[in-house]
Amino acid sequence: MPADRAAETGRPPASYVTRVLGEVPCQPGVPKPDAILIATDVHRQFGGLTAVDVAHLEVQRGSITALIGPNGAGKTTLFNLLTGFDRPDTGQWTFNGESIARMPAHRVARSGMVRTFQLTKVLSRLTVLENMRLAAPHQIGEEVYAAVLPFLWRRQERIVTDKAMRLLRQFNLAEKAQDFAGSLSGGQRKLLEMARALMTDPVMVMLDEPMAGVNPALTQSLLAHIRDLRESGMTVLFVEHDMDMVRDISDWVVVMAQGQIIAEGPPASVMADARVIDAYLGAHHDRPLTADGQSLTRADAEVSSP
Amino acid sequence: MDWSAVLGQALTQAVGIQAIIYCLAAIGLNMQFGYTGLLNFGQAGFAAVGAYAIAVLVVTFDWGLWPSMAMGILGAIVLALLLGVPTLRLRADYLAIVTIAAAEVIRLVSRSVTFNDVFGGSDGITGKFAAEFYALNPFIAVDPEFSGLTLGPLRYTRNDSWIWLAGWALIAIVLLIFWLLVRSPWGRVLKSIREDEDAARSLGKNVYLYKMESLIIGGVIGALAGFVFAASSQSVQPDNYATALTFFAYTVLILGGAARVLGPVAGTIVFWFLIVFIGEFLTGALRAGWIPDELLRPDQIGQVRFMLVGLGLMLLMIFRPQGMFGDRRELALDAR
Ligand SMILES: Nc1ncnc2c1ncn2[C@@H]1O[C@H](COP(=O)(O)OP(=O)(O)OP(=O)(O)O)[C@@H](O)[C@H]1O
Ligand SMILES: [Mg+2]
Repeated sequence: MPADRAAETGRPPASYVTRVLGEVPCQPGVPKPDAILIATDVHRQFGGLTAVDVAHLEVQRGSITALIGPNGAGKTTLFNLLTGFDRPDTGQWTFNGESIARMPAHRVARSGMVRTFQLTKVLSRLTVLENMRLAAPHQIGEEVYAAVLPFLWRRQERIVTDKAMRLLRQFNLAEKAQDFAGSLSGGQRKLLEMARALMTDPVMVMLDEPMAGVNPALTQSLLAHIRDLRESGMTVLFVEHDMDMVRDISDWVVVMAQGQIIAEGPPASVMADARVIDAYLGAHHDRPLTADGQSLTRADAEVSSP
Repeated sequence: MDWSAVLGQALTQAVGIQAIIYCLAAIGLNMQFGYTGLLNFGQAGFAAVGAYAIAVLVVTFDWGLWPSMAMGILGAIVLALLLGVPTLRLRADYLAIVTIAAAEVIRLVSRSVTFNDVFGGSDGITGKFAAEFYALNPFIAVDPEFSGLTLGPLRYTRNDSWIWLAGWALIAIVLLIFWLLVRSPWGRVLKSIREDEDAARSLGKNVYLYKMESLIIGGVIGALAGFVFAASSQSVQPDNYATALTFFAYTVLILGGAARVLGPVAGTIVFWFLIVFIGEFLTGALRAGWIPDELLRPDQIGQVRFMLVGLGLMLLMIFRPQGMFGDRRELALDAR
C-alpha cells in the first residue's frame, strides 16, 4: 500500500484516502486497506466498570479519523491505553507494523504516536517557547554529558527554536512565546498542546478534544491545520463532541458507547445511523447496548450499511 | 554590648564553614527539588555517606584521602540508585518517605554498638583524616608563619582559612556545572518533569532516567557537603547527620529561592547570619541586662534563636513566598 501511495504523488493524498475508505464497508471493527494502527481485544476494567472493550479497531494511514461517543464512553481511556499511559487487562495492538502494546509511554511517543490530553497539560512555569523546544526529538543537549558542553547543542537549539517559532505563528501564539505557559487561557493551552505535539515530528497524532474551548474563528484555522497534517502524510485520530466539526474534516468516524465500538463509517452515514443518535441522545434505554449489544449492533450495522 | 564583635561574628559565620556545608547540601536539593520536583528528605544521609567514607576509610582502613573521597562519591551514587530504583516510578511521596527513612537508618547504623569498631558508635570518629588536605594549605606554603585569615570583619583560623577558601572554590565549581546543566535542554527536561511528568512522557522523554540522574547529581553534591563537614572538624559524629541537617538545607534553599542557581548561596548567607546574629545579640543583651533574667536564661538562647528565625521565615513566606531570588510571576501561576 505505501508503494501505491508513492505512485500517486501527483494527487492530493486526501482524495486518495477518501476513495479508499469509500470502498470499506460500514461495520464496527472493519479492516482498512492500509491500517497504521491495528488493535485487537483491548479491554480495560475499573473495578466492576468496563471502561474499554474494543474487539477490533483499525485506523487508515493518512486519514483523519474521528472518535466520537457520549461522555464516559471510554474514548480517553482508549487513548490512554494505546499511548502507554494506562495498562490494559488484555489486548494487542500494532502501530506502523510494530507491536507497541504495554510499551512505556515515552517509547510510544518516540515511535511516532503522539497524544494530547483532554485536560491540557501545559508546563506552567516554562515559557511557551520552552514548552515547544522541549518537544523536539533527538536533542543532543538532553544527554547529561552533552548538557555541560553548550557548543555541542547550540546549533541544534537554534534550529529547534526556528521550528518552534514557525509552529507558534501558525497557531497564533507567537506573541506569547516568552510568556509562562501557565498564564495562557484555556483555549490557548489547547493550541499550545497541539503545536507542541507537532514539534515531535509525529507519524500519528491523537488529539483528545482539541477544539474544546477554542473560539469559532480559530477553530476554522485549526481545522485547516489538521487538514494540512493529512496532506503532509500524517494520520490524525481525534476525539470530538462537536458533530459539525466531525462532519467537516473527518474521513472516517468511529463511534464508541460504553467501552465498545458500536459503529464506523464515513461521517454522513454514521450520523444518519439510528443507534448513534440513540447513544448520543440516550433514547431507547430499554435496548441493551452492553449485555449482548455487540452482536446486536453488528447485526444492525450490516442491515443499515448500503 | 560590643556591636562590632556581634556583627563581625555574624558576618564571619554567614560565609563560614557551616554556611558552606549547608550551601552545598542545598545546591543538591535545588537540583532535586527545585528543578525536578523530587522530594529528597534524606540529604543528611548523602552527607553522612560522604563524611563517613573519608573518616572510616582513612582512619580505620588506612586509605589515602583522595581515593576515600572517590569512594564517598561512589557511595552517594549507589545510595541514590538504591533509593531511586524502587521509588522513582511511583508517586512523589514515596521518595520522600524512603529517603527520610534511609537517612535515619544510615545514622542509626553508624551510631550502633554493633559496628563500633568501624563507625565509632555514637562518638563517631575523630582523627587526622583530612591531614592530606591541610598539608596543601597554600597560605602556609606562602607564609610559614601564617596564623589565620582576616578579611575586614571576617576572621578564620589557620586551618579554617584553607578549608574556607577551598569550600567556596568548590561551591563556585559546582555552581558553574550546575548552571550549565540547568540552562541546557537537559535542564529543560527536568523542569518539565517538575511541572507535569505525564506531559514530559507524552513528548517522548524517559522521565525515570532523568529523575535518576537528578537524584544522583543532587546526592553527590550532598556527599561533597559531607566531605567539608568531616574535614573541617577532622571528626564525624552520627548525630550531626540527623534530619535537622536536611531541613535546614531546605530552609536555606527556600529562603534563597528554589530553582534559582544562586538561591542556596543567598539563602545560606542570610540563614547563618540571622542564626548567629540573633544568638550573639541575645547573649550580649542578657549580659548587659537589657533582657530580664526571668524572661530568658542563657541556656535557652539556642532554642530562642531558632524560634525567631522560624518567625522570620514565616514572615518571608507570607510577604515573599518565592524566596529572595524567586520570581513572583511563577508562583502566581500555581493559583490556577
Ligand atoms: N482512573 C479511573 N478509575 C476509575 N474509573 C475510571 C477511570 N478513568 C475512567 N474511568 C471510567 O471509565 C469510563 C470511561 O471514561 P473516559 O474518560 O474514557 O470517557 P470519555 O469517553 O473520554 O468521556 P468524555 O467524553 O466525557 O471525555 C467512565 O465511566 C469513567 O468513570
Ligand atoms: Mg474523554
